[in-house]
Amino acid sequence: MFLQREVLITGIAVIAQSMPMLLRGVRINIELLFALLVLGLLVGTLVALLQVYGGRFFGTLASGYAWIFRSIPAIVLLFLFYFGPSEFGVDIPPFFAAVLALGLRSSAYQSQIFRGALQAIPHGQMMAARSMGMTRIRAIFLIIIPQALRISIAGWSNEFSSVVKDTTLAYVVGLNEVLRRVRIITDRHYDLAMLAYLTVALIFLLLTYTGNWGLGRLEKRLRIPGLQMMRGGTREA
Amino acid sequence: MSLLIVKDIHKAYGGIEVLKGVSFSLEQGETKVVIGPSGTGKSTLLRCINRLSPPDSGHVWLDGVEVTDPKANINALRAEMGFVFQSFNLFSHLTALRNVRIGPIKVKGMNKDAATKLAMEELERVGLSDRADAYPAQLSGGQKQRVSIARALAMSPKLILFDEPTSALDPELIGEVLTVMINLAKEGMTMLVVTHEMGFARSVADEIIFMENGVIVEQGTPGEMFSNPKNKRTGEFLHKINELYGETD
Repeated sequence: MFLQREVLITGIAVIAQSMPMLLRGVRINIELLFALLVLGLLVGTLVALLQVYGGRFFGTLASGYAWIFRSIPAIVLLFLFYFGPSEFGVDIPPFFAAVLALGLRSSAYQSQIFRGALQAIPHGQMMAARSMGMTRIRAIFLIIIPQALRISIAGWSNEFSSVVKDTTLAYVVGLNEVLRRVRIITDRHYDLAMLAYLTVALIFLLLTYTGNWGLGRLEKRLRIPGLQMMRGGTREA
Repeated sequence: MSLLIVKDIHKAYGGIEVLKGVSFSLEQGETKVVIGPSGTGKSTLLRCINRLSPPDSGHVWLDGVEVTDPKANINALRAEMGFVFQSFNLFSHLTALRNVRIGPIKVKGMNKDAATKLAMEELERVGLSDRADAYPAQLSGGQKQRVSIARALAMSPKLILFDEPTSALDPELIGEVLTVMINLAKEGMTMLVVTHEMGFARSVADEIIFMENGVIVEQGTPGEMFSNPKNKRTGEFLHKINELYGETD
């Protein structure tokens, strides 16, 4: 029992000693997080734009994409992207396999956040832009996207909390991230498993809190005066 | 040659013909007011003119250039026609000033300083230069509509189409918008206005067009139309409007 005094003291000592090793692992989680968020944001935005403005053919294609990547379990995606390329004689490093698998998965979820935001922008905004002679593409980039991005931040906070945690799944393809490193501790001191995993839990509480705090600040900073952000829509105060 | 020529416009939505062959023309500097019961295609007519809703058949010429020509550069032509919406449609994420200058910068390629100066002048013209930094959600309905008129003016359009510009406003805010429009008419702006404001129609319009069921029933000067309408329906409509809204001038 980890709550016994002696176990607790040795345990804390062991974990404190392993902390630099664990934090190097956390760093890999954070790197993976950023890479997959950027990939997810870029692809997700494109998918959402195609879904809303791409016409029937591209719209269907984009919807199919979003459906596929939301339907397959994350671990299965990781295995597919890690083992898949080696079938064709391409060795892919675990980190890249993880970025692709989790990033494309996240892009499917992000596309749905952004699609909702795009559709929440009143049609009159597009009409006003077109009536002054803007092309459709320009109107989308100058008028629609800036408003939709602001609405999306709340949904993204949610997606952020979710993918932060997903980064630990990358241990299944052998990425040397924090969870894999915890296994090193628990393999050696099996009585410390509880304490070690509590440490990981604490690390992720901190990461999620920091991230959501930052996104909250961004949302406030970008808030349009007088305009309240509602769930998936806007209304005037 | 007339600045705007509209010839035999037809438009149907879902099998129902909203416009059944509408023709008229507008001279440089002229103000024409389109009146008529709701659902008779007045707003659709305006949207057909700048092809926000492309007409099914018929032709529109602006200053000799055919707007309805499929090969026409529609964006360039739209830049020459201001459009003022009933629901303002100001860009919510931009301040009043940026709303007004975005067209000159992004559509006409004007440099930012010149566009800012122009935008301030247009805001001054509608009496809102002190609200330049306000966002649309911080403005009253009347102020929003005045900003949207400034936004149209900043493009130096050949004419402005007004689609019921005061219908979404509280009664006490209508006056400030009409005042701006009356001044524009006096300054010689060419305007085509769909409205229920009979006071405005009577005092400002060079000609009133009465539409019903997708056709022009009658057109004439305000004097003719109000005192001596030729068509029975025109008389009935004006009488009813008078009962509903009273004289507003």
